[in-house]
Amino acid sequence: MLRFLGLRVVHAIPVVIGITLVSFVLIHAVPGDPVRIMLGGKAPPERIAEVEHELGIDRPLPTQYADFVGGAVHGDFGESIILRRPVSSVIGERLGPSLFLLAYGALIAIVLALPLGIVSALRRNRLPDHTIRIVTLMGFAMPPFWLGLLLIRKLSLDVGIFPVSGYGEGFFDHVVHLTLPALTVGIFLAAMLIRSLRASLTDVFATEYVEAARARGTSETRVVLKHSLRNALIATVTVLAVNLGWLISSAVVIEKVFDIPGLGQLLVESIYTRDFPTIQALTFVFGLIVIAINLLADFSYAAIDPRVRIS
Amino acid sequence: MATRQEALLSSAGRLRRKARADRRWANTTLYVGCGIMGIVALAAIFAPLIAPYDPTAQNLAEAFQPPSWSHFMGTDNLGRDVFSRVVYAARIDLQIGFITTYVPFLYGVVLGAVAGYFGGAVDTVIMRLVDVVIAFPFLVLVIAILAVVGPGVTGIYIAVLAVAWSMYARLTRAEMLVLREQQFMLAGEALGFSRRRIIFRHAIPNLLRPNVVFSMADFVLNILLVASLSFLGLGVRPPQPEWGAMVAEGQNFLLNAWWITALPGAVIVVVGIGLSLIGDGLAERMGERFRLTV
Repeated sequence: MLRFLGLRVVHAIPVVIGITLVSFVLIHAVPGDPVRIMLGGKAPPERIAEVEHELGIDRPLPTQYADFVGGAVHGDFGESIILRRPVSSVIGERLGPSLFLLAYGALIAIVLALPLGIVSALRRNRLPDHTIRIVTLMGFAMPPFWLGLLLIRKLSLDVGIFPVSGYGEGFFDHVVHLTLPALTVGIFLAAMLIRSLRASLTDVFATEYVEAARARGTSETRVVLKHSLRNALIATVTVLAVNLGWLISSAVVIEKVFDIPGLGQLLVESIYTRDFPTIQALTFVFGLIVIAINLLADFSYAAIDPRVRIS
Repeated sequence: MATRQEALLSSAGRLRRKARADRRWANTTLYVGCGIMGIVALAAIFAPLIAPYDPTAQNLAEAFQPPSWSHFMGTDNLGRDVFSRVVYAARIDLQIGFITTYVPFLYGVVLGAVAGYFGGAVDTVIMRLVDVVIAFPFLVLVIAILAVVGPGVTGIYIAVLAVAWSMYARLTRAEMLVLREQQFMLAGEALGFSRRRIIFRHAIPNLLRPNVVFSMADFVLNILLVASLSFLGLGVRPPQPEWGAMVAEGQNFLLNAWWITALPGAVIVVVGIGLSLIGDGLAERMGERFRLTV
């Protein structure tokens, strides 16, 4: 078990090095003079030289890369040119709402996907299954920002149950503020989960041990929840982990729609203001979040499937 | 004896009926999907003939008209006909969606096939690259590249072409690992065919099916991507009509003029469902699984 988990961590190291390289190279590929682009054409030369020195652009590339990695290890990503504050503290403030939204969205997706996926697989090719499949395709095809706006119109403006935007104060207030955004991103993820759960449950239902369990007169509930679901979950956890990248992608847009002070909105703002140090740090942090989630998924395989623990 | 035979026959019949139900569903989804996409594609091609108004002509006297017989989808805040704009937007959205799906498809499949066939160092280099690209949330990486090359349609092309191949490469490599051990592949090697011939003539045609099926989901995701980027103001610029940008333009008038936001978005949903139905139908026919992501 420990060996398995250790191996997963070791495997993640080259990828982490890779994402530092990509985040670093990207920003240095900005054509022309990034500092001049950031500060605008009329910036005085002294200010340009000052910022160049602050960013360390006047030093050789390998040194800059070493500085970037060294800083990243300590959580130091330099200073935001626009906000005039350390990037790490800006990101620190914005991380909470984003993680809250992701966790809440994933939770909603799982709560929606488990029953619908099971029903779809049990009633394969019957009316409930066809209905669920069509609804799933709709959930997949809906632009999250559009769904978010429609939910705002219906549930915030017309009915007034949920606030239109913001993050609120305190845990309960966060939940209230983030329900609509989390539902929006959750539906998209649920669509993917339902399809994968249906497919893997269908495979499991066709196996001999399920047939054997049924032949022994095991109750249907037990066959589904105890014998089948656990085996189908492994594939679904993979799909969940792989698709958390898509969850983050839609969350970036959704934060803008609902005006949530998270990392996604910071990223979009930084593009408008051409705040390159912040963009660089955010690219890296988002990559890191995905890797961390994938490691979590690996750990949960071990929890779900004893075979993983032994080998 | 007779009962056993009957039982076998009836179970065979049940299986046959089940298979037939599967096929019927697959055909229906495929035809409905093709129908939807056919209509949308024709609308895009013949936009000047179909659109009743100039998509960019402003007419402030006609602003905020709800849907009616003279304006199917109403008019926006500048009095432009939403239906005409939606029809013209199909051109740009389908074009970007198509190119960002099928260009990366080409080199993604080749890279994945090469990685899977040769293994070793080639495989390691290509797949580590894939791992790194996939480690980023797709939209975040695309936005970061847009920061470098500048927002806009050209930027979207550069960004997506740099990133999207990774999914095809990953899918193809996994299939190639299985295919590599098949008899006909070994026979090709034994006959002394060149590696290029084995990969391009023998392997890749067999690797296309899962990729074609996945490309339908990818097409949907790419249309959502273009719409999202334009919604954020990083893609297609106004006044050129684009579905996502139209949703963004309407969001300030959500309370009094829902149609400006709701209808262009609904068109995206219809197109997405059309493409997904084609993917679903193709998958069932080809004995593949319709994956929404790789």
